[in-house]
Amino acid sequence: MTGFFRRNGIVISTYLLLAVFVWVAIMIVLPQAYMLDFSFRFNLPPGKIGGPEDVYTLKNYRYLLFGRPGDEAMFNVLHLTVFLRTIIASIFVTLINFAICYPIAYYIAQVAKGGQARALILILILPFWVNEILRAFAFRILFGTSGVINAFLQTFGIIDQPIDFIRADIALYAGLSYAYILLMVFPLYNAIESLDHNQVEAARDLGSPWWRIHWRVVMPHAKPGIASGCTLVFMLTAGALAAPQILGGPSSFWFTQIIYRWFNTGGNWPQGAAYAIVLLLACLIFVLTVMRLFKVSLGEIAK
Amino acid sequence: MSADVDLDHVTIRFGDFTAVQDAHLGIKGGEFFSFLGPSGCGKTTILRAVSGFLEPTEGDVRIGGQSMRGIGPNKRPTALIFQNLALFPLMSVADNIAFGLEVRGVGKAERRKRADELLDLIALQGQGDKKVSELSGGQKQRVAIARALAVEPEVLLLDEPLSALDLKLRQHMRTELRAIQQRVGITFIYITHDQGEALTMSDRIAVMSQGVIQQVGTGADVYENSQTSFVASFVGENNPFVGRITAVDSNYAVVESTFGPLRGRNLSGLRTGDQAMLFVRPESLSYLNGGTVPENTIQSTVVNSEFEGSFFSVFLQGEGSKSIVMSMTNSGDLPAFEQGAAATVGFQADRAVVLPVGEVADE
Ligand SMILES: Nc1ncnc2c1ncn2[C@@H]1O[C@H](COP(=O)(O)OP(=O)(O)OP(=O)(O)O)[C@@H](O)[C@H]1O
Ligand SMILES: [Mg+2]
Repeated sequence: MTGFFRRNGIVISTYLLLAVFVWVAIMIVLPQAYMLDFSFRFNLPPGKIGGPEDVYTLKNYRYLLFGRPGDEAMFNVLHLTVFLRTIIASIFVTLINFAICYPIAYYIAQVAKGGQARALILILILPFWVNEILRAFAFRILFGTSGVINAFLQTFGIIDQPIDFIRADIALYAGLSYAYILLMVFPLYNAIESLDHNQVEAARDLGSPWWRIHWRVVMPHAKPGIASGCTLVFMLTAGALAAPQILGGPSSFWFTQIIYRWFNTGGNWPQGAAYAIVLLLACLIFVLTVMRLFKVSLGEIAK
Repeated sequence: MSADVDLDHVTIRFGDFTAVQDAHLGIKGGEFFSFLGPSGCGKTTILRAVSGFLEPTEGDVRIGGQSMRGIGPNKRPTALIFQNLALFPLMSVADNIAFGLEVRGVGKAERRKRADELLDLIALQGQGDKKVSELSGGQKQRVAIARALAVEPEVLLLDEPLSALDLKLRQHMRTELRAIQQRVGITFIYITHDQGEALTMSDRIAVMSQGVIQQVGTGADVYENSQTSFVASFVGENNPFVGRITAVDSNYAVVESTFGPLRGRNLSGLRTGDQAMLFVRPESLSYLNGGTVPENTIQSTVVNSEFEGSFFSVFLQGEGSKSIVMSMTNSGDLPAFEQGAAATVGFQADRAVVLPVGEVADE
């Protein structure tokens, strides 16, 4: 500690420590601690907060599992289904994302020549200058019943009746897959870029078909990047709100939408906090599972 | 099994740039063949054309008499050892060696057995479970060789594999490589810019400059009977003398240099009046003060001399500040070469070659 102060001088050291402390405490720990606290409390009117009724309870978590006491169903089927669907759909979207991004990242990192690679990266980045909401609406225009894709398919006589992509949730999955594509491409690109191309050629020279080169040489090398991209995309997808709101069909509820309603129209912050905490826990479990699966440490993911 | 490799008028261009110009030669099965040339002369390019990573712009590469056009590197009977080895750092030593077998669907137990045999061959018994990063430079080198040999190639291609090693290890690996080649009996095509490596290991050498193959021959042949000024100056040390040819008789020609007429073998049929370069090697020069006078004599002064153990290098300066190097074996009774002293040196005509004026390699 004294070394740190001596190296940076008293003013800069104090500033750095303070900045880190403020960042960690005020931006991360404090709000989440509040949320955690909220999630174990009753939804009381302002007058009763701090009063004798303001005690801790598991009620909010119980509600997600079993619904209201006295409901005829055993479980809160509606919300649990939405939760599970959100998790499974997010895993699915993550996999699609990986399948799309891996070839792109490999191409940019190992195959494309300098100028071409830069151009490709630019093409990938540019659409993200448009904000998320506009992009989601653009997908609505693309996938709507009278949208570009239906119009295209109909003019060429591939289909007679327009397909309702929105109701079928295809628009939602496409929109979600696209929304966080950069967060998959860049970790993958970074990881693959550091692979010595001679290793790819050596594998090929030893008779390896292309898929085995990827399976045995490129992917093992890119493992930290794959883990980092997958966890990022999963968490952001599971926590997405705009895309499900705009592209979701009438039947589809994303778990974040329910959380949003508890906070907003429902006016029940403790209930919303409990739901949010459950989603956070699910994400953490996913990250830890992926890390275990890929045998990578947190340090490697952050590289 | 070993295979012949034929380069049939191979030309390779990158855009407008010609990296290899009309390479035409045959490498015999089981031969240790080297391409020798300075950096950027197109050696790696030739090797990549043989291994299949690039196709010749013109001409054809044939292995075992078969045209390789359109056949990818994973389908050719060649194995390449990369300049930086390109071992797979995330696999164990044994898995590295057995990778080619894994690709060919060989079972795990059989793979391990083959890997162990090859580890024996490269004197790394029992080290199959190590990580690649735990090996020394020379050991990595040998693992790369074993990995390539595991797929039983008919031709092994080596791209300056020793350049990353230190001098001692490099010299040791020369002997080792040669021994391995003789044991497995397959064709080795070896690339280097180090003439010492090429001369000590190879059956034959192709000397290259700027994409053009200058001469193909045994080490002794390339050294003694250089056919171009580039070969004469690149392989070993040489003293060039430029001048016009004043006389030609049977196999000899006389070059009128600044030191007067000098006579040497006329290997490329030059004629009277042609501009030419006469090359004489440092060890072919002898110190004449007081001794017998051969047909070619040069008057010079001593600049300095270097003691190199088994021999002496004497740097002389002649007419027009031209520097000449002479080397003498350390027989024990050498005269003291005082700086500034006059020295008369000479050489036998059959120890010198007369060649057309051309590119001279700068050391
Ligand atoms: N893919 C390529 N595109 C354009 N030019 C290339 C390419 N590969 C090689 N060259 C050029 O061809 C020439 C020969 O290159 P090559 O790699 O064969 O040289 P080398 O003899 O192996 O040299 P070194 O000893 O330095 O490895 C060089 O001038 C190089 O710049
Ligand atoms: Mg090279």
